[in-house]
Amino acid sequence: MTEWLNAIVQGVLLGGLYALFAAGLSLIFGVMRLVNIAHGDLIVLAAYMALTTVMVMGVHPLLALLVVIPLMSIVGYILQRLLLNQTLGNDILPPLLVTFGLSVILQNMLLEAYTADPQKLNGGAIETASVSAGNLSIGILPLLTFVIAVLVIVCLQWIFYNTALGRQFRAVSDNQDIAQLMGLNKGHVFGLALALSLAVCGIAGVLLGMRTSFDPSIGSGRLIFAFEAVIIGGLGSLWGTLAGGIVLGVAQTVGGKINPGWQLLAGHIVFLLVLAVRPRGFFPRVEH
Amino acid sequence: MSSLLEAQALNAFYGDFQALYEVELSINEGDVVAIVGANGAGKTTLLRSIAGLLKNDAHSIRFNGTPIGHYRADKVAKLGIALVPEGRQLFPSLSVEENLKLGATVGRKGHWSLHSVFELFPILKERRAVASTQLSGGQQQMVAIGRALMSNPDLIMFDEISLGLAPVIINSIYEQLPQVINQGTTAVIIEQDITRALSSASRVYCLQEGRVKLSGRTDELTRQQITQAYFGVAA
Ligand SMILES: Nc1ncnc2c1ncn2[C@@H]1O[C@H](COP(=O)(O)OP(=O)(O)OP(=O)(O)O)[C@@H](O)[C@H]1O
Ligand SMILES: [Mg+2]
Repeated sequence: MTEWLNAIVQGVLLGGLYALFAAGLSLIFGVMRLVNIAHGDLIVLAAYMALTTVMVMGVHPLLALLVVIPLMSIVGYILQRLLLNQTLGNDILPPLLVTFGLSVILQNMLLEAYTADPQKLNGGAIETASVSAGNLSIGILPLLTFVIAVLVIVCLQWIFYNTALGRQFRAVSDNQDIAQLMGLNKGHVFGLALALSLAVCGIAGVLLGMRTSFDPSIGSGRLIFAFEAVIIGGLGSLWGTLAGGIVLGVAQTVGGKINPGWQLLAGHIVFLLVLAVRPRGFFPRVEH
Repeated sequence: MSSLLEAQALNAFYGDFQALYEVELSINEGDVVAIVGANGAGKTTLLRSIAGLLKNDAHSIRFNGTPIGHYRADKVAKLGIALVPEGRQLFPSLSVEENLKLGATVGRKGHWSLHSVFELFPILKERRAVASTQLSGGQQQMVAIGRALMSNPDLIMFDEISLGLAPVIINSIYEQLPQVINQGTTAVIIEQDITRALSSASRVYCLQEGRVKLSGRTDELTRQQITQAYFGVAA
């Protein structure tokens, strides 16, 4: 019994990481209907950025966030203004193709710079520390990841619904022309949206790199998890994204408990089941 | 007096389709100009061109002497031109108050603020927290007007403010119009109702199939002339 409970708890905490993968993807889809195929590779890029920061500055990976988050945001803003804005229009194909190309380019660049050897961010004692609750032993790092995920969602939710920036995000999402009429430069607003999305990728990348080893090829796998979490939770809902991440995480750990080979498969099956039963996810944003 | 806004040989296109032909227009400061014309005449296209939603030759539109035909809509807005679009087009994800605040994005100073807009339309203050989709048509139109005013424009353009509204509501909105315009604002109104256009405007332009068929001071034109230009046949 405890074993199963343990699997579920681990799954919930893992769901926090998946929610972090997914939040940035969901955010830019909501603001500009852009499906970013390179999202997973950008998370991996952030992990490597952290690796370099740790090596150069000799700091703890969590402290490297202070470098990684601003750097990723800048990359996001520039990427959007110089490249992705040119692809946005009535046709959804160009942004898909361009971000797919970007994904390939990023993987190759990382391969050139860091080789295919697996790397890991060394978090030190925090990686093995745990707290016990009853019969359960809960790792500090997964717990911290989950708490950060919740905080990130709270933060994004607050930005979206309580700030001028959030108002601008929602306005361009509703109607780009009219938003432009009100004096908003949509190219700039989109740039800020991708900057925010990549800031979250930065956090996700560092936590991922402390949890498991990574190499330049793992981006597409993270993209799949992010997609699944977004779809399960319902497009356009941030809290839904957290719920989606948790469902996916629990499915994987429970599946893995039944048979270690089933871990990923169980996640995909639950995703397909949700898609069959609730095609718009658990918490779809209300259509106007 | 030099004009605030001028259009010269303005041609506008949707792809290959030409919607405006060599339109000439001149609006002086403080004017209320009415644009009339049948459905599809190009009235909305004209306002969209001025507002920057349609790209044109730089010199085909001048504002205070500056060529702005090629400006993007957000740059035009910053210069002080606001459009109350056809069909209101509020942001459904934004509350009434948020819609209004978004109108102030350009950050131009002047008479209009959340406070003065609520004074003009008190009902909006009551409903400030409500999603804009939950308002009646007339209230939505008030938000659309308020949102445009929030930019403290020098020129405000109304595209069919009466569309789809009950006559009582239309009357009350037109009663507010002088208050809106008295704040030193110049106005362009598109109005299907010729009588109303003539009574609220000082100048009128009649469009027909993308061309200006007739223009002049409202007190110098006869109703019959306008009707004829409107329908393109002797009425
Ligand atoms: N987005 C568009 N794409 C292609 N053609 C368009 C578009 N919008 C308008 N048109 C065409 O341009 C012409 C002028 O349209 P416009 O909307 O400016 O007319 P209008 O005078 O505002 O008419 P209404 O009184 O119906 O609002 C019409 O022939 C219309 O079919
Ligand atoms: Mg029209």
